[in-house]
Amino acid sequence: MQKPRTRWHILVFLAPAVLIYTAVMIFPLFNTLRLALYSKIDQERVYTGLQNFQTLFGDPIWSEQFWNALGNNFWFFLIHMLVQNPIGIALAALLSHPRLRFAALYRSAIFIPTILSFVIVGFAWKLILSPIWGIAPSMLDAVGLKSLFAPWLGKEEYALTTLALISVWQFVGIPMMLIYAALLTIPEEILEAGEIDGITGMSAFWKIKLPLILPSIGIISILTFVGNFNAFDLIYAAQGALAGPDFSTDILGTFMYRTFFGFQLQLGDPHMGAAIAGAMFAIILVGVCIYLFGIQTRMRRYQL
Amino acid sequence: MKQKFMSKALAATALASGVLLGAAASAENVTLTIESWRNDDLTLWQDKIIPAFEAKHPGIKVKFTPSAPAEYNAVLNSKLEAGSAGDLITCRPFDASLALYEAGRLSNLADLAAMGNFSDVAKSAWQTDDGSASFCVPMASVIHGFIYNKEAFAELELAVPETEEEFFAALEKIREDGSYIPMAMGTNDQWEAATMGYNNIGPNYWKGEEGRLALIAGEQKLTDEAWVAPYETLAKWGPYLGDGFEAQTYPDSQNLFTLGRAAIYPAGSWEISGFNTQADFEMGAFKPPVQAAGDTCYISDHTDIGIGMNAATANPEAAKTFLSWVASPEFASIFGNALPGFFPLSKTPVELSDPLAKEFVSWRGECESTIRSTYQILSRGTPNLENETWGASVAAIKGASAPADLGKELQSGLASWYAPQQ
Repeated sequence: MQKPRTRWHILVFLAPAVLIYTAVMIFPLFNTLRLALYSKIDQERVYTGLQNFQTLFGDPIWSEQFWNALGNNFWFFLIHMLVQNPIGIALAALLSHPRLRFAALYRSAIFIPTILSFVIVGFAWKLILSPIWGIAPSMLDAVGLKSLFAPWLGKEEYALTTLALISVWQFVGIPMMLIYAALLTIPEEILEAGEIDGITGMSAFWKIKLPLILPSIGIISILTFVGNFNAFDLIYAAQGALAGPDFSTDILGTFMYRTFFGFQLQLGDPHMGAAIAGAMFAIILVGVCIYLFGIQTRMRRYQL
Repeated sequence: MKQKFMSKALAATALASGVLLGAAASAENVTLTIESWRNDDLTLWQDKIIPAFEAKHPGIKVKFTPSAPAEYNAVLNSKLEAGSAGDLITCRPFDASLALYEAGRLSNLADLAAMGNFSDVAKSAWQTDDGSASFCVPMASVIHGFIYNKEAFAELELAVPETEEEFFAALEKIREDGSYIPMAMGTNDQWEAATMGYNNIGPNYWKGEEGRLALIAGEQKLTDEAWVAPYETLAKWGPYLGDGFEAQTYPDSQNLFTLGRAAIYPAGSWEISGFNTQADFEMGAFKPPVQAAGDTCYISDHTDIGIGMNAATANPEAAKTFLSWVASPEFASIFGNALPGFFPLSKTPVELSDPLAKEFVSWRGECESTIRSTYQILSRGTPNLENETWGASVAAIKGASAPADLGKELQSGLASWYAPQQ
């Protein structure tokens, strides 16, 4: 009988990652959730259980803002799913075309905005769309479509969509790159075999490539979901913490920021802010779970 | 705490015992550190204010250590908690500083003799609600009004408007002429609509302090004529703002005016020094127009900066000496002239050299002063009245909501948490 050896090396190799991840992610996460269960009453921090959540969902002043932000968040996400990902897939399909020239140039050009800071993107687009100095009105004027121009970022009905499209412009490189990588892994033999069976051109994409890249599309969708529900930077950089006009671009991130840190005369309330952060965490968790258990496990995979 | 003490002892040229005694005798060498968000003013403090003080008070050295405006409140709070904050603390107006006082971070200065140099309105930004304790020495205020392009007015043969009717007649004339945008203001950043719009013209309607205090006492409501009428006037501004004003930001408006493309700029006096360097035409200023000629005028003379004493300071006597000096006419004259547009609040008038600043400050003699209606007490709860006023002012200018509805909405928001309005 041999005594099972303690495999110390596993522990040693895991330790750095586990320790760092615990210190900078897990501990703050649970501490934030804990913070949501307290309130400050007369300079004292008091345990109040779920009262903050009750206020958030029960008090119309808070719940109205919360549902508005959540609705805006879904719209933001929807635009990304409907615009960013299809365009990303289409670009990847074009780029992987063997006879395309300057593919590397296009690839870098489309990917570059992704590495730009939100502040730069927000500021640059604000200038481009500015009704006073922007080039958007004069460009539209040059093709005789000046009447189509509106101060989009300042109108309640367009502002959020405009910002979502700006974000799409910035991040379309990510789905493009992931799908492009997935397309490159498809072996030539399969496509050639299809060709012999008479499947070429567009139908080769729909019938062979698309099913094979479906898992990547799933990953992209969930990355988009998490990214969008954590979004904050672009809205803050372009519209400020009040997410104007009239809260039409307010998403959960800006709502949380305003509550947590305060704004102008409104003093910060870390406890309510933590409650909103907790709600955001729950929403993202539910979304990710639906994907992991409802979609990913049922997705058909092909052995290449 | 200990470390701070040690570094102080090192910084002072005297022995450590000298610092200990410094608390008792202000003639000994001590160093005072000032916390501030005004990093723009660093050279002003280093070159003018501090040397002037140190020349008069040998033995007290002063260090000005500002942090970035947006981070100031957070930085200050953590420094105070850690016990490493400076001896003197620059005070934001109203609740931010009141919270510090209530937490025992700021000392009560009500017994400081020099506080007598200030009027009650000036002190109101740094007092407890009942006015029994004052915790910061008022340093400066900003005045609202309108800055105009004198050359444009001369070109179009416009007279400076005194009444509302004249004001809109002038705007109409500028619009008809077409070479200038009548008024440079946008609604993208929202605060301008409330600060330079509603709280600029409003005091003439609610009669300054009278209306503001009545609102705090619960005797007037935001649905009253005096509080709704400014929204009705703002609703008339829309057509005179530039094309696409909905997406026009605050810097856009500033640039439009200083480039000479707009004739009138609804302003706060803090713009003066910036405009002086940017604009190459002559500027003038007029106060918010009154409804009928001869009416008493009211101006928003809003308290903006004060300075108080860290309750945990090791040098309370030296700090008080400095605060008394800040309350003196000498400081007022240095500060007021170095920063045109930030007006000292002391009762003794200060001779200013900048013509535009002089024009603004001259209204103090003709009109009644008040502060922004939403700043004291009324923005303490949720929903926050100040933030709501931003949205309401924008909605009024865009014509998105009727003024009466805006009043109703604001009133119900305020009444939801403010007992005197319930």
